[in-house]
Amino acid sequence: MLEFITKLFGRDNGSKNVAKERLRLVLVHDRASISPQMLESLKLDLIQVISNYMIIDEANLEVNLDSSGSTVALVANIPVKGMKRNAGDA
Amino acid sequence: MGEVIVVTSGKGGVGKTTSTANMGTGLAAMGYKVALIDTDIGLRNLDVVLGLENRIVFDIVDVVNGNCRLRQALIKDKRFDGLHLLPAAQTKDKTAVTPDQMRDLCAELKNEFDYVIIDCPAGIEQGFRNAIAGAEKAVVVTTPEVSAVRDADRIIGLLEAAELREPKLIINRLRPKMVKQGDMMGIDDIIDILAVDLLGIIPEDEMIVITTNRGEAVVLDQHSRSGQAYRNIVRRILGEEVPIINLDESTGFFKKIKKIIGLG
Repeated sequence: MLEFITKLFGRDNGSKNVAKERLRLVLVHDRASISPQMLESLKLDLIQVISNYMIIDEANLEVNLDSSGSTVALVANIPVKGMKRNAGDA
Repeated sequence: MGEVIVVTSGKGGVGKTTSTANMGTGLAAMGYKVALIDTDIGLRNLDVVLGLENRIVFDIVDVVNGNCRLRQALIKDKRFDGLHLLPAAQTKDKTAVTPDQMRDLCAELKNEFDYVIIDCPAGIEQGFRNAIAGAEKAVVVTTPEVSAVRDADRIIGLLEAAELREPKLIINRLRPKMVKQGDMMGIDDIIDILAVDLLGIIPEDEMIVITTNRGEAVVLDQHSRSGQAYRNIVRRILGEEVPIINLDESTGFFKKIKKIIGLG
């Protein structure tokens, strides 16, 4: 019922917020002028380094730029399947 | 000495030509001498929007190539003696004019007109570089859509790189009802993202289609909200402080209910 009322009077659940969020993210990339190739090669390097220590789910790995206020952050979401036994021993 | 303003957007179809025509007509209606330049060579349209398509003899390419004098290519408006159009060529392409030639052309027009307004083609290639070459100020037109605002952001960056600082923004085709419902980005959303000053907002309005069909400018229509919005923009160009029109259509009844249940 409350959902119906908020929908009726239009609050935060409109498509406007989706548009704003998509626009925000696309502008982070545009303004940083980072090419998709560069992001892809960064991703491959990350996989290589992390794989020395952990077993990761490469297919579901996400590397993206994000921003809050005036600062830009590199956000990586890397699902870990397990640890490597001899990690760090060598 | 006049002022040279370029109207640009990056994305096509957001209302550059309509805005150019209305700002120019509005300024001329207030007694100023205005020259409008269509730099969209190959895809000219400012002539039809102004209803002057049957009067073209020479065009901008003829002028820069010396086939005619500037005065011969300028077409006088039907209503206002102070309003003139320098049309684009339709059979050439953007490379038929260079940025240096545009600078010279703008300098010459500035001597004779109070305002020189340049209608820029869509895109960021040579047509855009030509259009901004002789400009001192820039107006960026966008609509409340992700694609248009994204392109506006890119254009603002390119304008600033070309030393055209502090461009002013027109948000076109705003639908207040949808903004209110949370289904369209509003003025604040767009201004926050682009971080530029607002020159004005134009509500979505059938009168724009109707007047453009006739080759007339909606700025002269005293009854429409879009006409009022363009008149306000004209006054802001002249340096007046004019508040943004309140597009809130909601009735007092609904506002009261919203307040009561704490959503207002």
